[in-house]
Amino acid sequence: MAVVEIHGLTREFQSGGGEVVRALDGVDLVVEPGEMVAIMGTSGSGKSTLLNILGCLDRPSSGTYRLSGVAVETLDENALADLRNQRLGFVFQGFNLLHRTSALENVMLPMLYDRQGRFKDPEALARAVLTRVGLGNRLDHTPNELSGGQQQRVAVARALVTGPDLLLADEPTGNLDSHTTLDVMALFQALHDEGMTQLIVTHEDEVASYCTRAIVLRDGRIVQDQAITPRSAADDLAHKASAS
Amino acid sequence: MNKLALVRIALGSIRRNAGRSLLTILGVVIGVGSVVVMVAIGQGARAEIAARVASLGTNLVVVTPGALNRSGVSAGAGSTDTLTLDDVEVIEREVYGAMAVSPVVASGTLAVAGNANWRTAIQGVNDDWFNIRSWSVSSGRTFDANEVRAARKVCLLGVTVAEALFGADDPVGREVRLRGIPVEVIGLLARKGPTAEGNDQDDIAILPYTTVRQRMAGRQYIAQILLRANSEDDVSDVMVDTAQILRETHRLGARGEADFTIRDQRQIAEASRGTTDVMTTLLSAVASVSLVVGGIGIMNIMLVSVTERTREIGIRRAVGARRSDVLAQFLVEAVVLSGLGGVLGAIGGAAMASAVGALTGWSTPVTASSLSIAMGFSGFIGVFFGWYPARRAAALDPIDALRHA
Repeated sequence: MAVVEIHGLTREFQSGGGEVVRALDGVDLVVEPGEMVAIMGTSGSGKSTLLNILGCLDRPSSGTYRLSGVAVETLDENALADLRNQRLGFVFQGFNLLHRTSALENVMLPMLYDRQGRFKDPEALARAVLTRVGLGNRLDHTPNELSGGQQQRVAVARALVTGPDLLLADEPTGNLDSHTTLDVMALFQALHDEGMTQLIVTHEDEVASYCTRAIVLRDGRIVQDQAITPRSAADDLAHKASAS
Repeated sequence: MNKLALVRIALGSIRRNAGRSLLTILGVVIGVGSVVVMVAIGQGARAEIAARVASLGTNLVVVTPGALNRSGVSAGAGSTDTLTLDDVEVIEREVYGAMAVSPVVASGTLAVAGNANWRTAIQGVNDDWFNIRSWSVSSGRTFDANEVRAARKVCLLGVTVAEALFGADDPVGREVRLRGIPVEVIGLLARKGPTAEGNDQDDIAILPYTTVRQRMAGRQYIAQILLRANSEDDVSDVMVDTAQILRETHRLGARGEADFTIRDQRQIAEASRGTTDVMTTLLSAVASVSLVVGGIGIMNIMLVSVTERTREIGIRRAVGARRSDVLAQFLVEAVVLSGLGGVLGAIGGAAMASAVGALTGWSTPVTASSLSIAMGFSGFIGVFFGWYPARRAAALDPIDALRHA
């Protein structure tokens, strides 16, 4: 079963002048498990709107969206919240960690909203996931005690901790320097190797080159959709280290 | 999401903003504290008044000259000279429910002993008066019926007068000059303390009324006739009978306006309690207003907090919080804030109340009920004033909240 299955998706907004703006205009998209998809496009191309709908934060004006087989467009607000909690993980450009809150508590946050009793020992799980992303020795640090790359790792850990079907990243490297970008992309590729399905919105070709598939949006339509052979971020990182 | 987690989140958020939280709850602290103090003082005052009214004597009925109210204007009880010794006699003879009757002939004068002097109130009474007022002597003796009949120049002094004239010495056997007449002190009255109205009852010299009437010059009038009923049940009968007899002897007819006022202890108590109740209610109202103002303070800061934490709200929504989760979070935070304020206020209020008690000598009990009412009210304030900010937080659109700078 596909993780994401979208057909004829449109999203319209009322602009200030009363005219209707169509941000998404008939998007069809199927993402199979294990894919690592880059969504590209200029600003205004509709990629943020698509991400919001994929992330169950917004609902389409028309069309269908199946997330792991669940018909999202029929769900009410509470069910969408639960779906975000159970099946989705978000990584944002600005990290969006709770300030003055330890890395551990930040990672435990999604489990707070679990309504099914899925997590027997949230703290141990958060510890394990933070260790997995390489921050086992930074558990009690607050975001302002961590570097940008470390903060994004905490954010990734928070996205992963609930065991989602799909990881959504919105410009995850937008606030990072080139070295840290490679670092974070290497982490995403490692997750890809473990079978995690990922959708990464970016405007950087370099970031897209580490994905297995690149989609380009323009004026609310998919104008390009191609499979690519990903570069290895880990290798690039190693080259960079030996070059300098 | 369980309740404990909500409280933990709230406490965490309060701890992260400890300074601001403290300022936020200050209003509630003061509000709850003053309610607790006011209730304690009110109860202390009530107990104090009850004790003072009881100190007047038991089953007491007081007749004072002048109507309480004449043509809608108070003539000032005791300002007219309508009671006579004949009235005392006739009451003694005819009112069966009264076990003791005494006139009080009042006068004021300078009391002189050696080179000390003191302006005090002279009360001329009969030998029953001590029984009626349940007033014992701490030294010496009272005068008897024979001494009253003979208009002997003897007196008993209140503690205040005795101390003013003789210092710490026992005044019994000494001599004081009252209105120029030398009078022998035969007893010292036990300390009685102030009346419900705050007058010093111990600033007094007690003489046989005959002595005052016959041997002393100056303005004299019968300020009161005091009666002691046989029992509590007889009090109302005594009042009715006395009124009946006085109307007859004063020839007032059926419709004439009474030129005297009869009150019993209960009415005296109610009159004094009325004033303190008004004061207590007033002060409690002011205290409640500060509690409400404290609540508005919490609402204000919570609104600021919601705006400041818009992004946090967006993050929480993104990772799966429902609107109701956000609502509950901010509501619980407001309740925890005002609850903390309630606890601190209750502690401060209890401390204040005992300080006031120590200062005034009243018992100012901080009861469990006043504490729980004040804290329950502060919890209610938290819910009431936390609701609006919490609604604002829950109503935020997660996409906009995440985009918020």
